[in-house]
Amino acid sequence: MGSGELELNLWAVAAILLVGLATFSLGFRSSRQASTTQDFLVARRTVRSRRNAAAVSGEYLSAASFLGVAGLVFKDGADALWYPIGFTGGYLALMLFVAAPLRRSGAYTLPDFCEARLGSPGLRQLSTAFVVFIGILYLVPQFQGAGLTVHQILPSVPSWVGAALVAVLVIVNVFGGGMRAVTVVQAFQYWLKLFAIAAPTFVLCVIFVGQGGVAGVDRAVGLSEPLPPRFPADATVTVETDVQLRTEEGLLLRARGWVDGAPVDSIVYWGKGVHAVEEGTELWFTAGSPTPVVDRAPTDNASWLRPVNGSDDLFTTYSLIIALFLGTMGLPHVLVRFYTNPDGRAARRTTLHVLLLLGLFYIFPVLIGALSRIYVPELLVSGRTDAAVLALPMKIAPNLTGEILGAITAAGAFAAFLSTSSGLVVSVAGVLSTDVLKGRIRDFRFGAALAGSVPLALALVLRPGDISLTVGLSFALAASTFCPVLLLGIWWRKITWVGAVAGMLVGGVLVLVSLVITTVSGYTGNWAPEFLQQPALVTVPVAFLVVVVTSKATQGRIPPDTNRIRMRMHAPDRLGFIRDRDIARFGTAEERTRLANGRHRR
Amino acid sequence: MTKNPAGAPGDLPQSRPRRKKVILADSRAPVTVLRTVVELEEQTSWAEEVVRSFIRIQFWTSVRLALVIGVAFGALPLVFYLVPDMSDVRVAGVSLPWLLLGVLPFPLLFGVGYWYNVLAEGHERDFVDMVEK
Repeated sequence: MGSGELELNLWAVAAILLVGLATFSLGFRSSRQASTTQDFLVARRTVRSRRNAAAVSGEYLSAASFLGVAGLVFKDGADALWYPIGFTGGYLALMLFVAAPLRRSGAYTLPDFCEARLGSPGLRQLSTAFVVFIGILYLVPQFQGAGLTVHQILPSVPSWVGAALVAVLVIVNVFGGGMRAVTVVQAFQYWLKLFAIAAPTFVLCVIFVGQGGVAGVDRAVGLSEPLPPRFPADATVTVETDVQLRTEEGLLLRARGWVDGAPVDSIVYWGKGVHAVEEGTELWFTAGSPTPVVDRAPTDNASWLRPVNGSDDLFTTYSLIIALFLGTMGLPHVLVRFYTNPDGRAARRTTLHVLLLLGLFYIFPVLIGALSRIYVPELLVSGRTDAAVLALPMKIAPNLTGEILGAITAAGAFAAFLSTSSGLVVSVAGVLSTDVLKGRIRDFRFGAALAGSVPLALALVLRPGDISLTVGLSFALAASTFCPVLLLGIWWRKITWVGAVAGMLVGGVLVLVSLVITTVSGYTGNWAPEFLQQPALVTVPVAFLVVVVTSKATQGRIPPDTNRIRMRMHAPDRLGFIRDRDIARFGTAEERTRLANGRHRR
Repeated sequence: MTKNPAGAPGDLPQSRPRRKKVILADSRAPVTVLRTVVELEEQTSWAEEVVRSFIRIQFWTSVRLALVIGVAFGALPLVFYLVPDMSDVRVAGVSLPWLLLGVLPFPLLFGVGYWYNVLAEGHERDFVDMVEK
């Protein structure tokens, strides 16, 4: 078994290096075509809708999707199915209300849109701050996920190596060609990720069904039975962060370390209830014993299978739906890709393709999550459910097949970290370079270095939580800050910059307060109520209300050319009203005259 | 740039004073498109009204489709909460809620997206046609 694991590592290391190499060379090749600020910011707005859709999906399917969704389905069951729905549904909201008008506004970053629409430099600075903050909040779990993956396949290597590897690769690529380089890389990585999750899932399902389903696995508990999952074989778990474990059945296990505040090094009996296990403790379970799970997660399979257990779940579920459906349109790295479309119609078509590509992808992590419940319950103990995608292949097929499948999923996970962080670094660097610095290519590169290294430092310092939960909070932040400004800015004539500033501040501060409270409570014994982990159900309506009320109170400040701006955003592309603001600011003299004189008809 | 003689073929009957008009080098473009486009750009009261009603049409199309999705998905958690036995119902060996949450939403989302794309592009075509006439 030991040598088998070593071989798996070699396969996986080779696969990861291959992904890194492909990413670097693709980025390097397209970097040579990037020479102007517009290349770096929006790839000259010439990306076709199919490639753009693959790039959007490639960028969007982050660690939270590739590892996190399977992990949450594995741990929380039916309620976690809302994550893939929300991740996809967010694009429908984006398509219905934002995609085409946003592109036609001619803006090149989110702060630029705010200024173009509402004519306030102050609002622009505020949104710059939020873009940078959301970008960092989203980047940290990506880097941490990379660390986790490397640590999972090479236990001797510390987590920071994986995080640093991803950060350096991304900064190098963005440095070379900005958006131009990143587009090709991300499109490639979508297809890579789809393959890396679809092929292993397919093979694993075939093996599972071939064994005769649940009945074919030793000691396994059916997924609808009211019993906790049982270990299919003897298992050793090393607890890497302090954890509260709950068990509904008594069990015997051997423990070495600290349990319930006392040192142990012997066989112990755990009765029904919660047991606090401290960092570094080792636990040995025998085959067939019931699995204790992290507190607050469903303990038995029947309640795992059932959606919405109690009214708390109801609140969390609705809150999650709001955050994900409305948060997507506020994510800076998602929006920045929409500026690369040639026109509004292409932006809409891109989104439609994205809906297809995402729907195709999300079937597979759900299947992996369900299979993990049967084969790798020990991950429920350590709380490292995010590792399920990586660990499952070797458990189902402990032979060469499993090794190769494991290597493929590891490669896919790495593609996920790389593409999402590339997109985030590009969007943050674009905003930093044009709003804080002067917008030269040199500034963009400096911004990229900053946007990559600060989150890396944070990722190494902070304690990793569930990837999808942290990401869930950044969705809540986006939904409570940018979503009201975008929706009302595009569709409501009477919005003023004062209203937008007030709404963003109130929404943002509310989410940040709940973020701080949950983080503090995470270090001091999980006392915070659960709804603070996902406060969108409250914060989003409040933010909308504040924007509307404040705007109504400051009607004197409606920008004088509002009607013309609205017409530009909504008029069909054929009429040729698009004025690209990046050309007006960064273009050559020739491009500028072309923009000023004739309308470009398509 | 050339001057456009008044009363060009296809000109709109109107009693406004004569104006100087700007024309692109692209001679294939019909003259009337330019006139109305210029009018849109100049934000005459006619143009303002036309644009406003066009935006309204697009907005309500989006809202209606969003409501379809909102009601469909918004009702699900409540139904699961009120009818907990639903997870015992099995379709092809899979628990019904899992089918409703894990598989069905994706074709539904794509379908609504596709429908919206058709509607929105149709409205835009109508708008351009109206402006060009």
